[in-house]
Amino acid sequence: MTIARIASPLVLGALLGLVAFIVFGPLLNLAMWAFAEQWFYPNRLPTGWGFSFWERVFRPRAGAWTSLFNTVLVACAAVALSMALAIPAGYALARQALPARSVIMLLFLLPQAFPNLPIFVNIAAIFYQWGLNGTLVGVVLVHALPGLVYAVWIATATFSAVDRSLEEAARNLGASPLRSFTDITLPQALPGLLAASIFVFLDSIDEFTGTFFVGAPEITTLPLLMFNASMGGNYQVAAITALILLIPSVGFMLVIERFLKADVLSRVGR
Amino acid sequence: MSTEALTLNNVTVDLGRQRILDDIHLDVSPGSFTCLLGPSGCGKTTLLRAIAGFTPLSRGEIRLGRRALTHLPPEKRETAMVFQSYALWPHMSVEENLGYPLKLRGVTRTERRRKVAEMLARLELSGFEERAVTKLSGGQRQRIALGRALIIDPPLLLLDEPLSNLDAAIRRSLRSELRRLQKSLGITTIMVTHDQEEALQMADQIVLMRAGHVVQVSTPQTLYQQPADLGAARFLGVDNTVTRTPQDPMGESGAVTFGFRTRDAHLDAPPCPQALIRKGRVTECVYTGDGYHVLIDTHDAELFATSATPVAPGTFAALQVPESALIPFGPDDRHLPPLDRHEDIA
Repeated sequence: MTIARIASPLVLGALLGLVAFIVFGPLLNLAMWAFAEQWFYPNRLPTGWGFSFWERVFRPRAGAWTSLFNTVLVACAAVALSMALAIPAGYALARQALPARSVIMLLFLLPQAFPNLPIFVNIAAIFYQWGLNGTLVGVVLVHALPGLVYAVWIATATFSAVDRSLEEAARNLGASPLRSFTDITLPQALPGLLAASIFVFLDSIDEFTGTFFVGAPEITTLPLLMFNASMGGNYQVAAITALILLIPSVGFMLVIERFLKADVLSRVGR
Repeated sequence: MSTEALTLNNVTVDLGRQRILDDIHLDVSPGSFTCLLGPSGCGKTTLLRAIAGFTPLSRGEIRLGRRALTHLPPEKRETAMVFQSYALWPHMSVEENLGYPLKLRGVTRTERRRKVAEMLARLELSGFEERAVTKLSGGQRQRIALGRALIIDPPLLLLDEPLSNLDAAIRRSLRSELRRLQKSLGITTIMVTHDQEEALQMADQIVLMRAGHVVQVSTPQTLYQQPADLGAARFLGVDNTVTRTPQDPMGESGAVTFGFRTRDAHLDAPPCPQALIRKGRVTECVYTGDGYHVLIDTHDAELFATSATPVAPGTFAALQVPESALIPFGPDDRHLPPLDRHEDIA
């Protein structure tokens, strides 16, 4: 009994430590690489620390700034595009009768069931004909594609959770269909729609395959920059890029968190 | 005067292949309070939603005053509705909820404030402007929902079971409050309810519905005393039916069946010649507060009666119903003499 009493917190602590190591270990390694000047094989820890690689990454010609700018621009555009399509589509689906709705939703998910590499290769081929390869528009389109699936799914769930009598009350008291949508339905669905935006944004931020086939080499985003750096054995640059990649994600999360609490998020799809 | 008469002609609603409402005719006089009464699934809510414009008609016409509503979208009908769930907008404060219909009509901000304050005073909720509607009690929400409907001064007020989500005590006090408010505004009102007591207490006119049809339109008194058929009678608390025998009163009426209410059947009444009498064995005796409900097993039926004193199960007893409390029905289960389905309300 007493042994169990003492042992159980120890076991719990050890388990927590292990989980923490699995989750944060790679991040710690990443952080060390970002500030390592010298780190060769037998050494467990870097032998020289400093910021010289940071200076190299942020040199105007190195392209980190352009990539960061491209990444954020593409992500924002992908969010705007997929939400612009997902809001009407999700609303229409949510107001459908249930059997029809589930069929359409499943069909919609189908492209996601295929391995995405062949899909991106084909998109690249088509975009090449249309002259979209190597353009920002092409990259935004290729990012909005998976984003759109999330967005439509979440938007549908959110809109179906909005009590229909709220809209009817507005119509009844004199609001046009559009007015009742903007004044009643949209504010009610806002948390879910923001959640959908987060997904699309974060998905776009670290999207690699599509960008690689459609955008490279003209359009470089941070994941592409990171890929090039690690392929070239330049772990410092890769690590620094990875840290920069955290900035938009964390920033976006902070902005959203200001008016989106976890309990609101958990209401999505209810 | 904003109040207007409502007329329904041939109103028919189909949902897929199913007929929800079948050829409904109804006249509602201006300023009156009409209850749509019936069991769930009888189409009463569908009828209310059809008037509000949320359910399309397959056939028929709806007129409010001189306007034909049939082909108007809900927002053009001016038929203010209070929803069963109240449907208050949770992202708006009390003031914004009440002010929204006015905002839609282009009323200025200061004017809106004034009208909202006035309405809140009328609802005895002064000072509630900034409250979140999610923080209100059920009764308060109900009143805000009512105020939101009334603030546009509508010609017709539609109430969809407005009191059914409240507990019994509040419901009773709100019944008379609602009725007083309706009378003071003189607004034509249609309320859906499944509660016969509520309908009898509040309505000028009751529309009894069953399976998409109107069974009877009459005043509460007539409906209670002369239900159009046996089904209507059962819905209105006539829980006993007996087959007429030659000894029973009202021989000239041609009645085949009599219906009566438990409270009109007495076990311990002095014998009286003009009365229906049935004998049987007592199977159950339940205390109800003002007396006892006794279940008596006669040969052809189980009947309920009241008694001032307890009766032991197993004993024999005779119940007696005065002639005035008997409701006669013909061979087709319809009331005798046949009643006009649409009685005119003075």
